[in-house]
Formats: sequence, C-alpha cells, structure tokens
Amino acid sequence: MTPLSFLNEGTRARITRVTGGRSVLAKLMAIGLVPGSELKVIRNQMAGPLIVAVGDTQLALGRGLAMKILVEVE
Amino acid sequence: MGEAVIALIGNPNVGKTTIFNALTGLKQHVGNWPGVTVEKKEGEFEYLGGKFHVIDLPGVYALTAYSLDEKIARDFIVREKPDLVVDIIDASNLQRNLYLTLQLLEIGANVLVVLNKMDLAEEKGIKIDPKELERALGVPVVPMVASKGKGIEELKKAITESLGRKPKPLRYPNFEPYIERLVRVIRLDKRLSEEYNPRWLAIKLLEGDKDVKGVIEGSSERDEIMRGLIDIKKDLQRKYEDLELALADERYALITQTAERAIVAREERMTFSEMLDEVFTHKYLGIPIFIGIMWATFKFTFDVSAPFSDIINWFFGWLGDALGSHIANDALASLLRDGIIAGLGSVLVFLPPIAFLFLAFSWLEDSGYMARAAFVMDRVMHRFGLHGKSVIPMIMGFGCNVPAIMATRTLEDEKDRILTILVNPLMSCPARLPIYSVFAGAFFTGKEGAVITSMYLLGIGLALVIAWLFRKVIFKGEPSYFIMELPPYNRPNWRGILGAAWARTEKFLRKAGTVIFAGVVIVWLLSVTGPSGYLGSEALENGELLAKSWVAALGHALQPLFSPMGWDWKAAVALFFGFIAKEIVVGTLGVLYGVGEEETAVSHAIAASGAFTPETAYAFMAFSLIYVPCVAALAAIKGEAGWKWTLFALVYELILAYLVALAIVGIGGALA
Repeated sequence: MTPLSFLNEGTRARITRVTGGRSVLAKLMAIGLVPGSELKVIRNQMAGPLIVAVGDTQLALGRGLAMKILVEVE
Repeated sequence: MGEAVIALIGNPNVGKTTIFNALTGLKQHVGNWPGVTVEKKEGEFEYLGGKFHVIDLPGVYALTAYSLDEKIARDFIVREKPDLVVDIIDASNLQRNLYLTLQLLEIGANVLVVLNKMDLAEEKGIKIDPKELERALGVPVVPMVASKGKGIEELKKAITESLGRKPKPLRYPNFEPYIERLVRVIRLDKRLSEEYNPRWLAIKLLEGDKDVKGVIEGSSERDEIMRGLIDIKKDLQRKYEDLELALADERYALITQTAERAIVAREERMTFSEMLDEVFTHKYLGIPIFIGIMWATFKFTFDVSAPFSDIINWFFGWLGDALGSHIANDALASLLRDGIIAGLGSVLVFLPPIAFLFLAFSWLEDSGYMARAAFVMDRVMHRFGLHGKSVIPMIMGFGCNVPAIMATRTLEDEKDRILTILVNPLMSCPARLPIYSVFAGAFFTGKEGAVITSMYLLGIGLALVIAWLFRKVIFKGEPSYFIMELPPYNRPNWRGILGAAWARTEKFLRKAGTVIFAGVVIVWLLSVTGPSGYLGSEALENGELLAKSWVAALGHALQPLFSPMGWDWKAAVALFFGFIAKEIVVGTLGVLYGVGEEETAVSHAIAASGAFTPETAYAFMAFSLIYVPCVAALAAIKGEAGWKWTLFALVYELILAYLVALAIVGIGGALA
C-alpha cells in the first residue's frame, strides 16, 4: 500500500484504505473516491495538487489529501 | 389542484441553470433562502394548461448535509416534499452523478432524471441508452442537450406525465433485513412516518447522520427507536468493521451496476479536454499561462470599456449642466447638478469596466478554465495558508470587492472562507485607480506606470502576508483539503455567460450603487453648508468659501491623526469620504482644491499646492489602498461573515494602513 501522492503519472491504482476523519471520508465518498474504486493518475508534479481520473471524472486533489489515500498499484 | 412544485437538482456544472432558464424563460425571480444568504431562484411555466412552479436548488454532489448548500437542498426535498424532483445528470460523467440520484431515491422523492450533455458523452466515446437507464433506476429518463435547446419540449411533457407517480423504493440487498427491522420500530411513531420516509430515516440512522438523529430526539418513541438502532448496529458490526464504509460500498456497487447497464458502448479517446489540460495544468507552463490569461482579461476589460465610460462621463456632465442652468434656485440646481446627477454619474461610470470584467470571468468559468486556475495556483496559495479556490475571489477583487466577497461561497470550509474574505479588500479594485493616477501623475512624472503597478503588487503582497499571519495566529491549522472536479472544457454557452455576468453586475449596481450615490450626495450637502448655514453652490469651486463648510470642520478635527504622515486637513477629508466609496476621494480633493473632478486638473493642483512630498503622496496612495474597504464591501462582508468579522476587518485594515503609511514616510525620509 502506498499513498496516492507517490504515484507517477499514468499509473493505474485501486484505493485500499482512506485514513483521516469522518468529514474527509464523507467528502471523498460523495465525489466517488472510496476503497475499491479504481483511478488513474493524470498529473502528479510531485508538488502541489494532483489530478486523477475516476471513471469519467477528473478530480484535482490536494497533496495532503492524496497522502491520506492509500492505494494498491495494479 | 394548484400549481405543481418542481425542484431542480444536480451536481455543479451539469447545465442546471441552462435548463432552469429554458423552462421558466423570463418568469423567474431571485431571492435568498430563509435565514441564509444563499441565492434562491424560482420560476414558473405553463404547459398544456398546467401551471408549474420551479425551484432551482443549489448544485450539490450529495445530500449528506455537510455544507450549507447540501443542507438547503436536502431540507427542501425532505420537508417541503416537492411534487417532482428533476435530477439533472451529466451523461459524460454518469457514474459519478448517480450518487446524488441514489440519495434522492433513498429519500423517496418522486424523481425524474434528465440525461444532459449527451453530445459531450458521445464526443468522449460513451454511448448511453436512456431506456436501459430508465429500467435500471425505475424512474423516467429524458435525454437532452440543453446548451443547444434539445429536449426541452420532451422534458416538459415528461414532467407532466410524472406528476403523482409513486416512486419504487430503492433496495440495498445486503442491508435490506436490517433496514426493514429499523423501519418497523420507526413506524411506532405515526407522526414521524407520515412526515418522513421511514426507510430514509432508517438508512440515515445506520449511517450515523447527525441531523436525522436530531429528528429522532424529538420523537415520542425516541427511546424505543434508539434501543432498536443500537441492537441492529450491534448485529451489523459483526458483519462489517465500518458501517458507513460498508453502506458506501453498497451504494457504489449499485451505481456501477446501473452505469454498466446503461452504457452500451465505449471507446477510449484522447479528448480535446485532455489535450488542453496537457498545456493548462503543465508544471512549468501552468502559472505563466494563468498570468497571461489574467493580463489579457484585464486588458480586454479596460480597453473595451473605456469608450463607454467616457460616454457616460460626458453624458452626465452635460445633463447636469443642462438641467442646472434651467433652474433658478441655486440650492436646488446645485443639488440636482452636483449632488444627484454627479452622484449617479460616478456610480455608472464604473458600470462598463465591471460589466466587461464579469463577462470575461463568467466566460472563463463557463469554459472550465477557472477550475484549472485554482489547480495551478493551489501550490502558491497553500504556502500562504490559503486554499486553491481562494484564488478566484481574490482575482475578482480586482474588478470589485463586493461580488468577489460573495464569490467566496465556493469555499466549503468556514476558516478558509473567512480568511479569504478578510484579505479580499487588499486586492485593489478599479475605484482606487483614479487615486493612484492622480498622485502618480502629480509626483512621479514619467514613472506613473511603475508606481501604479507597485500599488497593485503591494496589495497582493500584503494579502498573502496577512493571510499567512492570520493562519498562524487566528485560524490555526492547515487550509482544508483541496478537492474539486475539473469539468471538461466547454464551448461557450453565451446565454448562460451573459446571465451570470449580468447577475453579478446587478449585485454591484444594487449594493454599491445605492451606497456610492448616497455618499456623493452627503459630500455635496456637507460642502455647501457649514456652521453658518447654506454657503451657496460656489463653495464647490471656491476654496475660501469651502473652508467655512462642515467638510473643512471635519478635516480639521481629523487632521491631528494624520499629522505623523504629513497630510493636511484636505487629505483627511478625502480619506474620510473615501470610506463611503473610494470613487469619492479624487472628487473630494478636486472640490477642496477648487478645480472640479477632472483627473489631470486635480493632479496639477495637488502638485502645485505643496501639501505633499513624493514620500507623503506615496504613503497616501498606500493608505488609500489598505484602509477600510468601501461601505458596500463592508456590507458584503457583514452579509457573508457577520458583524464580528466585519469589525475585525475594519480594525485590522486601519491599523495596517496606518503602519504601512508611517513606514513609507519614515523610510522615504531616511533615504532622502
């Protein structure tokens, strides 16, 4: 399991765990990021926010948040 | 039967406003939701003899009631029970939009799904069968391309046909027995199960929803229900570690199934959006492009609007003189010419730049670029304790702080929002520009451009430093997590863009207009009267006469405060009136120096008067930038953040302005 923020651009991964409080979880849930969901890293410049694609949605995620999302690279 | 009530709901960026406008046309009005300043849009339409009342709910991703918008939308659907809820879905983004649909079905609302942006889905290589989606969800589905007006008639027809439908309850297979068990207990309270959908209450209770717990607290069967809940939760915990997550899993499983059924074909394509993003969100190119776009926006705004402003200026000058010369009574003529008409003119002259700036911003928002701007700028903003989304209201502040402060609503976190509001007045709005150009023209000939630019940069610099400081001292902790959807780039939908630009311009007109107008009239009144009574309209052009007015008395009273900076009573008066609106500062100086409002004339008079040195003039410019925003901006702060923060903003800015001005004079003196 690696934090999402460490993934290179173009990597596909599956979310395994989300650490952090309830409100973080609820926010992620509403936007479609829950354990089990698959995503692809579109932009990761190793500083500042990332862009990931989940299904047909492109999401911008702050680096801090991406640290709390643990993924399994496929 | 009276009017049927139709609620429109959907995620942000699904084209909800376009559909609302298409349905209601000109029959709409805007107000606020009771008790909050969130905009409430309502409208009406008639179809086949039936009357429909449409409520446009805020754009939300979910109904968890974590944000104000979600709470409003959820409360409306749960409490007001509209006859039909039209849920607008972005077809190019089906899976994600279905989350909200599911929550609506949980509540037991009578739902009609609009599958909008079918063209965009096709462009992305996604083929959806609306009939399949209809079967999977068990509610009617209408495909549309609202931006091109396709499907509006079909939607109206579907709305008529859907009234009075009994929605089929949504089933979560793994949880069904537990939900039913809880529903049986909830049904003990007759009143509760009539007012709410018991299935929804049950699901929300299992999820631990605070608001629903509050509803149960008020029930006559409270103890019984809570005991039942604890029991059932105990059973569930044997199966699942985290109940909330398990329920989310269940929802997403259902969403995936539904989407898979509805999407009949798909192919991978590199979309136009992705190609643009390669450039706009690029590591090194992103920020230069952002700065370039902002520069172009301001260039466009000021170049295009300048002739309009000139015409307005000329027209009101002409109107004032023409009217004034036809009235014999001096006081009345002056009130009309120098008070009312000059007042109206000074408000309206700002209308063209503000309208064009909002037009440009609405276009950038509609096209999808603004979300990229927030993405690109998040890194910089974060360093200063601000949120990436703060960048949009801050840039809008260069147009007018009033709508900019209102635009902070896109920030969900209260701390981020208040912090962004507090530093917003430091973004230099166009009303301060005449002050800069008058003083730069008077004391920095040949360097005006650099001096004026330095004011803008000083504002940005101070805003960032103050944000950093407040984050350290008052709003301890990190900015809230940055998370936002990047909508696909859109071809402009001019109707929507013009509508949004007009709505913002109108807000400026209504809020700022009344205040600035009243301010100019007050300045006029205090200038033509004094302790000895009415002085005559010449007071406005005659410095000696003006020295006997209330204005002069006020200036002399305030002057000691500003003597450390070396400003005289005229500067003090100008600053005092600048509190009403910055537009009045130059006009007031013009009157005090007896040269009228024309900028170059004021500039020459100030240079010749010997009242300022380059240092004290520069300090005056800085003070004008920083000290209190105009009354209209304060009113906007009060509306968004409350009295406490308004007072706070007022005090910190006065102190900051004083310190900065003092520092400029001190450093300038030491260097000289």
